[in-house]
Amino acid sequence: MARLIRTEKEVEGRYEEVWLVVEEDALEQWPAGPREIVGRPATRIDGLERARGEAVYTADLKLPGMLHTAVLRSPYAHARVARIDLAPALALPGVHAAIGPGELDVLVEECGFQGVAVAAVCADTYAQARAALAAIEVDFEQLEVLIDPDEAVARGELIGEPRVRERGDLERGLAEADVVVTGEYRTQVVLHNSMETHQAVVQWLGDSLEVYISTQYIWGVRDEVSSSLGLPPDKVRVVCHYMGGGFGSKNEAGDFTFIAIELAKRTHRPVRCALTRREENLASGNRNATIQRLTIGARADGTLTALGGDYVNATGWGGWSSPVEGPMQMLYACENVKTTTWAAKINQPPMKAFRAPGFVEGTFGLESLLDVLAAKLDIDPLELRRHNYATNDAADGRPYSSKNLLECYRRAEPHWERRHEVRARSTETVKRGVGMASQIWYGGGGPPSYAWVRVGADGRATVVTAMQDIGTGTRTAMAQIAAEELGIPLAHVTVSLGDSARGPFASISAGSSTTPSMGPAVRAAAADARRQIEEIAEQRGTPDAPLGEIVGLLEDAQILGKGGRGPNPTGMQVLTFGVQVAEVAVDVETGEIWVDRIAAVHDVGRVINPLGASSQIEGGIIQGIGHTLSEHRLHDPRTGQILTTSLDAYKLPTFADVPEIVSELIDEPDMQLTNLGSKGLGEPPIVPVAAAISNAIRDATGAEVHELPISREEMLRALRAAALKEKVGAPAGI
Amino acid sequence: MHSEVGTTLAEALRDELSLTGTKVACAEGHCGACTVLIDGVPTLSCITLVHTVGDAKVTTIEGLRDHPMVHAFVREDALQCGFCTPGQIVSAVALVDATPKPSTEEIRHAMAGNLCRCGAYPKIEEAIRTWQD
Repeated sequence: MARLIRTEKEVEGRYEEVWLVVEEDALEQWPAGPREIVGRPATRIDGLERARGEAVYTADLKLPGMLHTAVLRSPYAHARVARIDLAPALALPGVHAAIGPGELDVLVEECGFQGVAVAAVCADTYAQARAALAAIEVDFEQLEVLIDPDEAVARGELIGEPRVRERGDLERGLAEADVVVTGEYRTQVVLHNSMETHQAVVQWLGDSLEVYISTQYIWGVRDEVSSSLGLPPDKVRVVCHYMGGGFGSKNEAGDFTFIAIELAKRTHRPVRCALTRREENLASGNRNATIQRLTIGARADGTLTALGGDYVNATGWGGWSSPVEGPMQMLYACENVKTTTWAAKINQPPMKAFRAPGFVEGTFGLESLLDVLAAKLDIDPLELRRHNYATNDAADGRPYSSKNLLECYRRAEPHWERRHEVRARSTETVKRGVGMASQIWYGGGGPPSYAWVRVGADGRATVVTAMQDIGTGTRTAMAQIAAEELGIPLAHVTVSLGDSARGPFASISAGSSTTPSMGPAVRAAAADARRQIEEIAEQRGTPDAPLGEIVGLLEDAQILGKGGRGPNPTGMQVLTFGVQVAEVAVDVETGEIWVDRIAAVHDVGRVINPLGASSQIEGGIIQGIGHTLSEHRLHDPRTGQILTTSLDAYKLPTFADVPEIVSELIDEPDMQLTNLGSKGLGEPPIVPVAAAISNAIRDATGAEVHELPISREEMLRALRAAALKEKVGAPAGI
Repeated sequence: MHSEVGTTLAEALRDELSLTGTKVACAEGHCGACTVLIDGVPTLSCITLVHTVGDAKVTTIEGLRDHPMVHAFVREDALQCGFCTPGQIVSAVALVDATPKPSTEEIRHAMAGNLCRCGAYPKIEEAIRTWQD
C-alpha cells in the first residue's frame, strides 16, 4: 500500500526534507552472509556486449539525418563578447544552423570561465561544423580575472553564505588541550575525465522530445529539460543504455543537451552534440581545489578536546560548496568543534560532484594532521583513532543505523603490523613506511525508487526499472537480487533499464546510492511476483510446486510484480565506514614516490556481489592514487587559462601506477536499513587514499606533505623542511 | 571504400563502416581506446589516416569477438563502464599473440598505453595472465 511520509533525503551530504510517497516495505531482511546468489561473486550480465564492442553508447548512436555540432567556447577566463557575427559560418557548405548569445540560456555573453559556451553550429559532418565554428567572427573584450580563492573570500566574492558548523566551545577545547597542532593543507583541481565525454543525441518527434545522453540520472535530465522547455515531463523521453563513466560529473543535463535540443528544433533534424576531450577538460566539471587551515587540540592521553577548521572551496564560477569540513565534523568524538567553509567564486570552470566530493579533500587534511598529533603525543596512530571512536553521530548525536568501524580497525591490524618489516627494508636513499587513514561517508540511498518484475511462462524474469548502469555493475546486482528472491538461476533474469519511457522512476546513480536505493525496490517487486505465483499455486492445490511448473501454465499471460523503496530509518544516521593502510617507498634524493601496497577494509552493509565490489574498491583506490600523486589541472595564475586540457598533460594513473591492492568488506547487513541492509560502495574506497599515502610518507621519511598532488617538488620541499626541523628544531610546515 | 583525404582510420571504421566497437575517447592518440591491429601491430586508429593503411590487414574488436581474451575479461571482471575495453582487448590480443604467457612486467609494459578511468587495471592484468584458462 502506498504511504505518504515526511523524510530526509540525502545526496552526497546535502540534505533536504521532502514529502514522499513510499510503498509499504514489509519484507524481512535475509539472514547475514552469502545466500544462493546474493553475496556470491557474479560476472557482469552485460559484460560480453561491453567487451565485444556491441554495447551502443551515446557516442555510437547515429540517427538518420543526424547533424553534428561544434561549440564555440570562451578562450578567456573572464571576458565579454563585444561583437559576434554568425553569418560567415552559416554561409559554409553543410551548415544548417548557428546560434549565439541571447538565443539560448546556456550561450552567454559574459564569460566567467574559459570554456563556457558562447555559440554553436550544426552541420552535416563534424568537420564542417568545426570549419564553420572557425568562420564565426567574434571579438572578446577581456575583463579583470579573479583567480586566487583567498582573495575572493577577502573580497566577499562567494557562492552562497559561509557555512559555519559549531558545537561546544572551540576556545575552551583548546584551553583544555595539553597539545595543539595546526597545519595548512591544500588540494588541487582534478578532472573526472570519463572515457566517454559528455554528449547527447536528440530528436523531436512531433511535440515530443527524445534525448539520448551519457548520464547518471535519466530522470533528472527529463525534469531539467521538461521544465526548461515548458513541456509536460512525459513528453521528454531520456535514454541511456550504456554510458562510459561519470564519477559525479554527469548528474545534470549540461549545456550540450540544450544546444542540441535547440538546433534540432531549428533544423527539424536529429542533432548530436558531443564534447571533445579538450572541451571535457574545461567545461564538464571538476573536483575543486581547497585550502584547509586546521587545528587539533588533545589531552596527553590522546582524547580530542578541540577541532577547528577554516576551509576555502575554490568552487569556480558556479557549482556548490562541497562538504570539505564533513570528516572533521563527523569522523571522531569531540565536544568542541567549529568549522567555517567558504565557497570562493572565481574565474575558473565550475566544480561538479566528484566521487565523495569534499570528503576526499577533507580526509586528507584531517587525517594527515591527526598523524602529526599522534607523533607529538607518541601514541600509535591506530590507537589514537580507536581512542576517539564516536559511538553516536559525532555531529548531531543521532544513533548510527549501523557502524562496524572498530571491526574494520581490527581487520586492518595485520596490515598495520607490517610497518616494522616495511621500514626495515629502507635503504640509504629509498625510505619505506606505512600509513593509515579512516573513512567516513554517506551511502545510504533513499526513496523514492521503483521496479517492476515480469515473469513469463518460461520461468524467466525481467527486471524493468528506469535506472542507469554507469559501469558499476548495477544491472548485475539487480539481477542477483531478483533471482535470489524468486529462487531462479541468475542466468534466467534479464534487466531492462535506461529508458524513462519504459520503466518506473529510479534513483540517481550518484552518492553511492544506486544499490541501497534500487536494490530494495527490486527485491520488493520480485517478492510481489513470487507472492502472486504462490497464490496461483495454492488455488491450483499444489502449494509446494516449483515456480517453473506454476508459471508454465501461463502461456502468454505474465506475472507482474511491482515494488518500491521504503524510507530510511527515522532519526538515524546512515553512513559508511572503513580504513586503509598504505605502504610507500620514497627516493629521498629525487622525491619520487612509489605506492607498493594498499589494504582496504570497508563497512558498507550487506555485499550483493563480492566480485563487482572488489572492482569498485580497486577502481576507487586507483583514482585516489592519481589524485594523490599525479593528477593536477594546472592554470595560469595570471590569466586563469587552463594549461592541461589533454590526456598527455593531465596525468591519469596507468597500469604502471597500480600497487598491490588487498580489499576486504565486513559484509554485515545494516539491520535498520531497508529489506536488504546494503549501503553503497562507489565512493568510500577513494576517501582515505590520499591521507593514508601522505601518512605513509611521513612514516617513511619524517616529512610532512601539505599539498596534493604530492609532486616531486612537494616531496623535496617536505624533506627539506623536515631536515631543517631536525637540525634547528624549527616548527613544522615551513 | 571511398574516404575523403584526411579521414582517420577510426572515422572510417566508425562513421563509414558503422563498426562502432572501436571507441574514440580522446581523438589525439593519448588514451588507447581506439586501438586496432594493422597487420597484427597495435595501432592508434584515431591518429592514423585511413589512406596510409593501404592493403594492410586491419583487425578491430569486431574481428576478435570470439577470442578467448574477450571471455577472460568478462570472467575476471576486467571492465567497468566498458568504454576503453575494446581497445584494451585489442592490445592484450596483440601481446599474447607475440608472447602467449606474458610476465607481469610484460603485461604492464604492453598495456601502459591503454587508459582505464574506472581503474580495472588489476583485473585486466589477471585476465591477460589467465586468458588461456
